[in-house]
Amino acid sequence: MAARTVYESGLDKFNRPSKGVNIVFNLIFILLALVCVVPMLVVLSISLSSEDSIRQTGYHIIPTAFSGDAYSYIAQQGTMILRALGISVLVTIVGTVLGVLLTASMGYVISRPNYKLKGLLTWIVFIPMIFNGGLVSSYYINANLLGLKDTVWALILPLAVSSFNVIICKTFFKSTIPDGLIESAEIDGAGQLRIFFSIVLPISLPVIATIGLFLCFAYWNDWFQSMLYINNQDLYSLQALLNNLMSNVDALAKNAASMGVSYAVLAATMPKESARMAVAIIIVLPVAFAYPFFQRYFISGLTIGAVKG
Amino acid sequence: MSTKTKGKRLRTRWRKQDAELTLLALPTTIWYILFCFLPMFGIIIAFKNFRISGGFLSNVINSPWAGFKNFEFLFKSNDAWIIIRNTLGYNIVFIVLGIVIPVALALMVGMLHNRRAGKVYQTMMFLPYFLSWVVVSAVGWAFLSFDKGIVNQMLVSMGGEPINWYMESKYWPYLLIFMHVWKSVGYGMVVYLATITGIDKTYYEAAVIDGASIWQQTRFITLPLMKLVIVMMFILAVGRIFYTDFGLFFQVPRDSNSLFNVTTTIDVLVYKQLKTATVGMASAAAFVQSVLGCITILTANWIVRRIDPDSAMM
Repeated sequence: MAARTVYESGLDKFNRPSKGVNIVFNLIFILLALVCVVPMLVVLSISLSSEDSIRQTGYHIIPTAFSGDAYSYIAQQGTMILRALGISVLVTIVGTVLGVLLTASMGYVISRPNYKLKGLLTWIVFIPMIFNGGLVSSYYINANLLGLKDTVWALILPLAVSSFNVIICKTFFKSTIPDGLIESAEIDGAGQLRIFFSIVLPISLPVIATIGLFLCFAYWNDWFQSMLYINNQDLYSLQALLNNLMSNVDALAKNAASMGVSYAVLAATMPKESARMAVAIIIVLPVAFAYPFFQRYFISGLTIGAVKG
Repeated sequence: MSTKTKGKRLRTRWRKQDAELTLLALPTTIWYILFCFLPMFGIIIAFKNFRISGGFLSNVINSPWAGFKNFEFLFKSNDAWIIIRNTLGYNIVFIVLGIVIPVALALMVGMLHNRRAGKVYQTMMFLPYFLSWVVVSAVGWAFLSFDKGIVNQMLVSMGGEPINWYMESKYWPYLLIFMHVWKSVGYGMVVYLATITGIDKTYYEAAVIDGASIWQQTRFITLPLMKLVIVMMFILAVGRIFYTDFGLFFQVPRDSNSLFNVTTTIDVLVYKQLKTATVGMASAAAFVQSVLGCITILTANWIVRRIDPDSAMM
């Protein structure tokens, strides 16, 4: 019996249940996968529904009346949405570049075994992992002392470094960059800055990509910093805009009204409901297309994290 | 590494490399001082009658000491009991489900005959992890809105009464637990599946030759080899038991006041009071969270070090 199983299933097919169980498992997973994906498709379908159909019959899984009004509205008149898109892109790019440089440089420095201040800097990285000042004092220091309130830096700086990422970098540098490589560069007269930028960074692409991806998704998906520090609507990111639209569906019409057209006309004609869901789709679309390809880097980062918390 | 020898080395040989490395670490060090260490000292405002107007530093220095008044105020309020119950209660449920469900699903994915199908399921189930809570809140609204939501339309079409979801607190513990699991299950599966795929195939080969059933292979090979990761994830989660996912508890219920009793955790309370400028109680609650959080994280780390020194933080 046992030998037959081996013969039938081939070498890489151990730990396999019977055909019937396999079918049941597949059905369960198809159901779960749909539960995870369909809600986003519902949002897409609402963004493609005509405003009248939403007003009359509510949201539907499949639109009762298709309409691209929301998207053409955004393309033609959605200055507020396009500006928010610009802020999101800017914050994501600047934040990711800055975060990667700050994280990798610190990770490299504390990975150097003979560096004199290694102990001190390791503690500086380590202590925030176990103790933090809490939201209240962080808020007052960022808003009042550092003057970040209503500046784009409030969206960038507080998220740039995390000790977790620094330690991932340090572990990577320590385990993959041979000491001999650094030493021979030192003997050739290269300074540490040059070694870091022209030797260490180029050969550390896997970890740089992992950290960069973590940061990229974190910046793109951040709404909390906006909620804390941004009152000026010109500095809203897409997430902050969606957050605002969720509590006040008329915000878009009000903003457009301030630019000349009468508010009453806009409020009556604008595709408010579908435009709001269209903003959600604009946020999710790049993420949904990107993550399946970058999953590998995420997984490596997460699994390092799980073992090397 | 004793401090004595370190000090001696510092005095004797400070090389050019050390200066350059210090320069390289300087920007990040400044970042840490501004965004991590200054707030740690700012925590003393929990013991002050802090005023909001004016410069921060002069306020911290000049505002009168309040002793433990802020804490008294916090713990005498009804909110204290609610936030402790919610914070710990939800976290305990999340920790248990956050292990049982992803481990079970990871085991199942590992057993699928078709590897590629497993990859596709796993990728699809990873999607919610990449959505922000603001987007999830919009998704929730599409389903739960009173007059337009899909769930109420289904209820009505089946002859039922529509439910005012955002006003009825009895449904929210289940909804929040569901949303949490929905968003985090993909992440958990990835972590556990990485362990499963790392298991040496020869163990299973030997077991199959000895006539082990699929259940026995899982019970005596896969699970024991996953034990370490499971224990580690468990302890790390317990270490963060005083912290909650603000977005889940604030964005998904759309800050509805009728749901206060079942959706307010310590993070939500601190944020709300910060925004309404009741700094005293907010800073006291944040202080309690930081200190208890520190103790639990250190304890968790201490336990991790006893189990597996390589996985400990220090």
